Amino acid sequence: MTANTKIAIAGVTKQFDGAAGAPVKALDRVDLDIADGEFLAILGPSGCGKSSLLNIIAGFERSSSGRIEVDGKSIDGPEPNRGVVFQEYALFPWLTVTGNIGFGPASRGFRASEIDKLVGRYVGLVGLQGFEQKYPHELSGGMRQRCALARCMANDPDIMLMDEPLAALDALTRVALQDELLRIWSEASRERKKTVVYVTHSIDEAIFLSDRIIVMSPRPGRIRGEFAVPFSRPRLPELRVHKDFHRLSDEIWLMLQVEMRR
Amino acid sequence: MTPETRSGAAAGPPITGEAASAGTRQAGRSLSWLYYVVLPVLFVLVWSLLTDVMAVFPGALLPSPVKVATAFVRSIASGELTDNIAASLQRIFYADLSALALGVPIGLAMGLYQRIEKLLDGLLSLFRPIPPLAWVPLSILWFGIGTVSIVFITFLSAFFAILVSTIAGVRSLDKLHVRAALSLGASRRRLLTHVVLPTTLSSIFTGLRIAIGVSWMSIVGAELIAASSGLGYMINYYQQVLRTDLVIVGMITIGVIGLVMDLASRWIERLLLPWRQGVRLP
Repeated sequence: MTANTKIAIAGVTKQFDGAAGAPVKALDRVDLDIADGEFLAILGPSGCGKSSLLNIIAGFERSSSGRIEVDGKSIDGPEPNRGVVFQEYALFPWLTVTGNIGFGPASRGFRASEIDKLVGRYVGLVGLQGFEQKYPHELSGGMRQRCALARCMANDPDIMLMDEPLAALDALTRVALQDELLRIWSEASRERKKTVVYVTHSIDEAIFLSDRIIVMSPRPGRIRGEFAVPFSRPRLPELRVHKDFHRLSDEIWLMLQVEMRR
Repeated sequence: MTPETRSGAAAGPPITGEAASAGTRQAGRSLSWLYYVVLPVLFVLVWSLLTDVMAVFPGALLPSPVKVATAFVRSIASGELTDNIAASLQRIFYADLSALALGVPIGLAMGLYQRIEKLLDGLLSLFRPIPPLAWVPLSILWFGIGTVSIVFITFLSAFFAILVSTIAGVRSLDKLHVRAALSLGASRRRLLTHVVLPTTLSSIFTGLRIAIGVSWMSIVGAELIAASSGLGYMINYYQQVLRTDLVIVGMITIGVIGLVMDLASRWIERLLLPWRQGVRLP
């Protein structure tokens, strides 16, 4: 662990009681240091424990053994400094866009005028102007995820945990939102860089978004490999057709193939 | 902004072919009220045929529609019908209000805390299958004939509907909503008031609608026996003096009021819970 470490994960194991009575290891001795301000992608097929790991970092689940520290302190349940964006959006259907985005600041006891200011700022940041009074069911999938992103960021968390946030969207919306996500992240990080842990099963998404990719394999969930993503920021859409992008993509794909056949 | 947001709001969930069929549906909607009217009109025609033309039953047993309509107007003019409506409505109001006041907190407690549920479930499950009307004999002994008895019996029928719906509402709480709220910094208390309660509210509304339906049925049933006013009393009384026209007036009034109450509660629900439209199936 270096001075720059934001999240330190050491020997984290998560064990369930399986259907046959035999314990199933969702995570097996995972060691991982995540740097302050890093955009880390966790990549792997379903069942590799990547979501379990994210849930443990979020404080939703407890690890069976091992340690997780954030800023040198071990975590104890969820807290607003670790914001979460879910695949299914998890917006509150009874609240409008404004109500959803303001939920965090309101929970933390901000005054109404401050909440309004924050909501206005983040509505603008994610491009939801004109939809402030809409309910989630009136929004498209892409807009719901923008709203969920804004809701998470309205608390100005140091860490944003994202669990396949774009996986429920169609391919075109998904690519468009990848670009948006990077723009939003860099704008929100202007004063202080936000650390992102981004779980995905899409190789291209992991490369396009992240600084570093952790590849995990299932049964038991383990870290199999690690790739540094060498592309500079800001990243333009054209990066997706660059030959180096494809070379890295193929390299990661080969590693996943080997893991899947094991 | 990306193209996806520009088209997003109007499009909603992209169901193929929806836009194409919207035009024909619009045209169909302007005449769709006809569907509601066809059968009732036909019903009255057949009724008229059976009484006025064929005289299947003696007039005293099955009066014609015109005779019933006349009785209806007279009964309103004399204030008799309106008084009985008022009596029944007042009872159902008290009964459903107390069912809400007791059913919601008990349902919340049972849904949230397993121990409380285990404690109460046995007893409540034993009482629930007893039809409200089976309480009439005891109720008359305890409270006499009149409003208190009727309210008690009606309350019982409404209470279980609200209780069961409230418990189901708490159970339908989305784990992700709880997680989202906690990671956004919500306290336990705020979780209860701002996540559990809104989730449950729509179920409570469904429960209230069911409750109004079943309690309207049991109130009329109870009034047949244990009251000296109300719509149930009215139809029973006029059966004994063989004024079948007024019996039918009472029955139609019961049906119409039940329908109006259901429509009204749907309308109030849409007003109070606008987001529910997204949850309902198309």
